[in-house]
Amino acid sequence: MAAKASGRAAPAKAAPPGRGQAPAPAVPAGMTAPQGRWDYAAAPESTEIVSIASEYGLFIDGESAPAADGKQLITLNPATEAPLAKVALAGQADVDRAVAAARAAYEQTWGPMPGAERAKYLYRIARALQERAREFAVLESLDNGKPIKESRDTDIPLAAAHFFYYAGWADKLEYAGFGPDPRPLGVAGQVIPWNFPLLMAAWKLAPALAAGNTCVLKPAETTPLTALLLAEVCQQAGLPPGVVNVLTGAGETGAALVAHPGLDKVAFTGSTAVGKEISRAVAGTGKRLTLELGGKAANIVFDDAPVDQAVEGIVNGIFFNQGQVCCAGSRLLLQESAADAVLDRLRARLSTLRLGDPLDKNTDIGAINSAEQLGRIRELSDSGDAEGAERWSPPCELPSRGFWFPPTIFTGVSQSHRIAREEIFGPVLSVLTFRTPQEAVTKANNTPYGLSAGVWTEKGSRILWMSQRLRAGVVWANTFNRFDPASPFGGYGESGFGREGGRHGLAAYLDA
Amino acid sequence: MPDTKPADGRLCVRKTYKLFIGGAFPRSESGRSYPVRTPGGDLLAHAARASRKDARDAVVAARAAAAKWTAATAYNRGQVLYRVAEMLEGRAAQFAAEVADAEGTSGKAAARAVAAAIDRWVWYAGWPDKVAQVAGSANPVAGPYFNFSVPEPTGVVAVLAPAGSSLLGLVSVLAPVIATGNAAVVVASEQRPLPAVTLTEVLATSDVPGGVVNLLTGLTAELAPVLAAHRDVDAIDLTGAAPADRAELERLAAGSVKRVLIADEDWAAPPRPQRMLSFLETKTVWHPVGL
Repeated sequence: MAAKASGRAAPAKAAPPGRGQAPAPAVPAGMTAPQGRWDYAAAPESTEIVSIASEYGLFIDGESAPAADGKQLITLNPATEAPLAKVALAGQADVDRAVAAARAAYEQTWGPMPGAERAKYLYRIARALQERAREFAVLESLDNGKPIKESRDTDIPLAAAHFFYYAGWADKLEYAGFGPDPRPLGVAGQVIPWNFPLLMAAWKLAPALAAGNTCVLKPAETTPLTALLLAEVCQQAGLPPGVVNVLTGAGETGAALVAHPGLDKVAFTGSTAVGKEISRAVAGTGKRLTLELGGKAANIVFDDAPVDQAVEGIVNGIFFNQGQVCCAGSRLLLQESAADAVLDRLRARLSTLRLGDPLDKNTDIGAINSAEQLGRIRELSDSGDAEGAERWSPPCELPSRGFWFPPTIFTGVSQSHRIAREEIFGPVLSVLTFRTPQEAVTKANNTPYGLSAGVWTEKGSRILWMSQRLRAGVVWANTFNRFDPASPFGGYGESGFGREGGRHGLAAYLDA
Repeated sequence: MPDTKPADGRLCVRKTYKLFIGGAFPRSESGRSYPVRTPGGDLLAHAARASRKDARDAVVAARAAAAKWTAATAYNRGQVLYRVAEMLEGRAAQFAAEVADAEGTSGKAAARAVAAAIDRWVWYAGWPDKVAQVAGSANPVAGPYFNFSVPEPTGVVAVLAPAGSSLLGLVSVLAPVIATGNAAVVVASEQRPLPAVTLTEVLATSDVPGGVVNLLTGLTAELAPVLAAHRDVDAIDLTGAAPADRAELERLAAGSVKRVLIADEDWAAPPRPQRMLSFLETKTVWHPVGL
């Protein structure tokens, strides 16, 4: 898998940055790979389809405008640290203006509009995302650092699917099970993270708009570009001004937004610490709140699990999007009797992962989104060493520029270790073991979080027994990290409350 | 204190109003009590004034009971709730007298409230084996997966019972919590706690497992912050909190990402399922479909 036998001689310099390590075990045992003939030929996606402006304004009331105080921030390509664009940094005055525009749109256009008409706007947006999918995918990988195969095959198609799914609800709300005449809440302030920038925007906007709310969306500081392109899509779709407003900025922009008295609803996806702050800020205001916060998911592998599938699931669980996923399977719980066999296969599989240029179509592990996040991953990983766990990474040379962290496994982890308790949000897997199903459940639930869990076993009754007992909003059995607009997603406990996706996702935006 | 008429000159036996924790009836560990009066100012009794420690003990009892109650079949939970209605019906006259004393209403109005409370248990008794069909779903995902969502109880729910409606209001906020498999820690109306204490006697004889419902009487302002901040409480119903205290209680609840419900209602109006749904989590399970 690591070495693509193209038959063409690849110039040595075409190797993607950092992929210096010889991809030796690429060929299944039994086949002989003539040494030296399997040099990797880079397969980068062209960036020609994307044109990035040097500066971007805020999207308020259907128009682009600079921040009132003229402040800007620079968004980087995390794979190279090269600046991509200057983006407006919204302040209080901009928040005021955006909320006022959203209120006016709610009262004058979007609120009174028949659901069937709202639906058609959302269908237009879904279609536009599909039409411009490659452009969005390249831009997402540039701004976020995620592999193009993920932005192309997961983020963007799912974002389009989300708009398509919720478009169909807009004129059917009375049949959604929230009473005969469910009403929208009003103006929603939505703050989203940097790990799935466009997809999280879609998760927030689509159900809110379908239900008849208007939105002020605040994308993450380090990943504003696809949200701004989405704003352009909204504009071109003819969406009435003020229905969707996009305020780029930093943490203080988000804080000003959620504290704004003109909001009826606050929705946040991000860390549990910030979620608690927002919850305190919203306390006593009567604003409705939904939170999608952190996680420390257990991925539980029994000794009867199909090992190859489980290993793929483990890899997908923790290395998808460099592990920067709130529902990442960051704690691997292996049944003792199978632990060595699974770990051997897992190490072999990790040795075939390709780390490097996010735009290369064969890249498995892209860049970490920011220097700050890389620092956090390093700090927590170092605590794993300090507390006595054993670190392992495949041979893996990191590019000299950009933010990179190798896929990493810690074994010998105990439940009290920080790497077993705290969300690392990076490509770092903590391995623990168990003997009985009951012990697996106890360990899996031994966390304040409760976003997701994985179970790998061939025994159907055990899957259902485990599923009933795991305190998690999503349980993936013999699979992991699957998402769909029709499937509710969200956490138990300190992973937040409210659901996104499916009929349940509408509840967050209806006064039922 | 009201005595039943000593027609034969016999001196009646008065009741000690105690807490209800883990299926037992302890006094407050603090040894404190407080006077409970009618709206007219007549002394009714001295109720236990629960301490912060009592509140924490109640949470421990609720947590211990929650697993078993959650695991009980929905059919079983429905029957237990119906049994509560049966037991309440048999003591309707006693409750009517207590509600009339507590709320200062006429005997007729109190009897109506008691009848409504009984009917409310019956309404909720029908829900446990239906709520998953109303709140759950099979999800048509775009791929070869079997995917379904089921509601599950949040866990331990703290309930500040309405200050005014001593029985009907209490039942209206308690029944939806336990119908779905949660365990409850209830703070009774501070001024009108006696019907709540008597209700625990009904619960104790209705096969509600000990610890599923725990009742604290005392000062709401003293107990509510403990429950709102408690890390082993999953959700809190602040309906019974004084409006001025709600914001601070919400802030305390944020520390462990509690689910918070504030929903003032007309307790005499027909109930809706929303209160029940507020204390449910949606769990979604995926499994591949294949040969």
